[in-house]
Amino acid sequence: MMTASIKRYGIAGAIAAALSFIAMPAMADVPLETQYIFNSLSFLMHGFLVMWMAAGFAMLEAGLVRSKNTAAQCLKNIGLYSIAGIMFYLLGYNLMYMDVSGYIGSFAIWDAGTIAAADTLEGGEYSAGSDWFFQMVFVAATASIVSGTVAERVKLWPFFAFCVVLTAIIYPIQGSWTWGGGWLSEMGFSDFAGSTIVHSVGGWAALAGAIVIGARKGRYGDGGHPMPGANLPLATLGTFILWMGWFGFNGGSQLAMGTMQDISDIGTIYINTNLAAAAGVIVAMILTQILYKKIDLTMALNGALAGLVSITAEPLAPSPMLAIFIGAVGGALVVFAVPLLDKLKIDDVVGAISVHLVCGIWGTLAVVFSGADFVVQLTGIVAIGAFVFITSFIVWTVLKLVVGVRVSEEAEMLGLDKADLGMEAYPEFGAGSASK
Amino acid sequence: MKLIMAIIKPFKLDDVREALTGLGVQGLTATEVKGFGRQKGQTEVYRGAEYSVNFLPKVKIEVVVPSDLADQTVEAIQKAGNTGRIGDGKIFVLDVAQAVRIRTGETDADAL
Repeated sequence: MMTASIKRYGIAGAIAAALSFIAMPAMADVPLETQYIFNSLSFLMHGFLVMWMAAGFAMLEAGLVRSKNTAAQCLKNIGLYSIAGIMFYLLGYNLMYMDVSGYIGSFAIWDAGTIAAADTLEGGEYSAGSDWFFQMVFVAATASIVSGTVAERVKLWPFFAFCVVLTAIIYPIQGSWTWGGGWLSEMGFSDFAGSTIVHSVGGWAALAGAIVIGARKGRYGDGGHPMPGANLPLATLGTFILWMGWFGFNGGSQLAMGTMQDISDIGTIYINTNLAAAAGVIVAMILTQILYKKIDLTMALNGALAGLVSITAEPLAPSPMLAIFIGAVGGALVVFAVPLLDKLKIDDVVGAISVHLVCGIWGTLAVVFSGADFVVQLTGIVAIGAFVFITSFIVWTVLKLVVGVRVSEEAEMLGLDKADLGMEAYPEFGAGSASK
Repeated sequence: MKLIMAIIKPFKLDDVREALTGLGVQGLTATEVKGFGRQKGQTEVYRGAEYSVNFLPKVKIEVVVPSDLADQTVEAIQKAGNTGRIGDGKIFVLDVAQAVRIRTGETDADAL
């Protein structure tokens, strides 16, 4: 089964392959069974780091909504993570990786098959289950992006219904085009860990949702005002958790750890990932200080994620200085994209569209600095963008017409914690504490 | 007896308390409040979008003193609470008809 190894194709993979060929004599000493174990260990270890990003998204979003919507936002996050895991098992994985025809894989429930005998190994193998686990936590990240944008007004069950379609069908089909070995990978489209395939996809789905659902009441128009997040320490913790998880996201996307070359590459990926995030923060801090006379913490947090998303399409090939540049541009893009979306009256509570869609596009184009073809990169961005935005828009619209996608005005004023859950995130602060 | 009610900047509370205990004031009540004055709130920026904060946080202190101590108390609050910048607050003085200490039943000046 050619599954995740497809992801290595592209510039970084070619360089890694060339280097590993040169160093081949020393590496032949690693027994193949040991390679198998370390490759699988990489998927498992990096996979649980990416799983923990679900906690990062949950805390980031819980901190950036108002306190009357905090518990509902936490529920959406643990709900969508669970939906993603089950849908990726039932449909998603095989639709993305099993016998991909070019545009789509197979409709079948995933099965681990049997473990290969040790004496049949040829090198590069890993356990099927470890690969499934690693790919599953990625799709959960995509769904998390959507929940942040549509927070504070989306209806709970229609949101979960959208997550079912996104994680079972929309994400896997576009994923098959590149990582499943489909038409975009044949064209040479390069997206190492998913600036486009994971982050922009989440961003496009979120954008469609924000347009169909509409802005929070009171956000724009006469007397419209921003609605500051209730708990910035929580948002900061969430960002740090995401930053940590990203070492799994990008590092694990090397898809192997069985050779000196692979583990050295993973080290390089960690360094570039960290540099890009740091550059995103610093640029966001400086720009908000200059533009608004005060530093905006939430923008600095978005800056970290902007740098991370930007470097995700190619975290291995760039020099450290190039990684800093890529992350810095991401940080700047976010600072300008957030108010631009507000001008367009697209209400994105946590800045997920600016971070994941805008920087996802930038990061995918930035692979050109590492030798990718500009037109091919643009083709991938546009094809995946059009597919995901249009299908998401249709799903959101159908949900709107059939069951409705936003809560009543009264529920929105009351807060989703009380309206949907009948509980409050911070009940002991007393009545009225969560009213604004 | 006079009730002296003052709205001050929150960070000046400790200074005012020290100034009043220095005068021999036996107790005061402080409440966190919100309000606006001539400044009419202020403008903040959140994620690039400006918004006005119509009510600013202040601390209200209430202290009852014998009438002969009222002027000194007002003066002490005015000095200790002063920063010279806009939003320093206001002081009001009201007559008090009666005071009772709940524990002992003492009245008026004995109750303060």
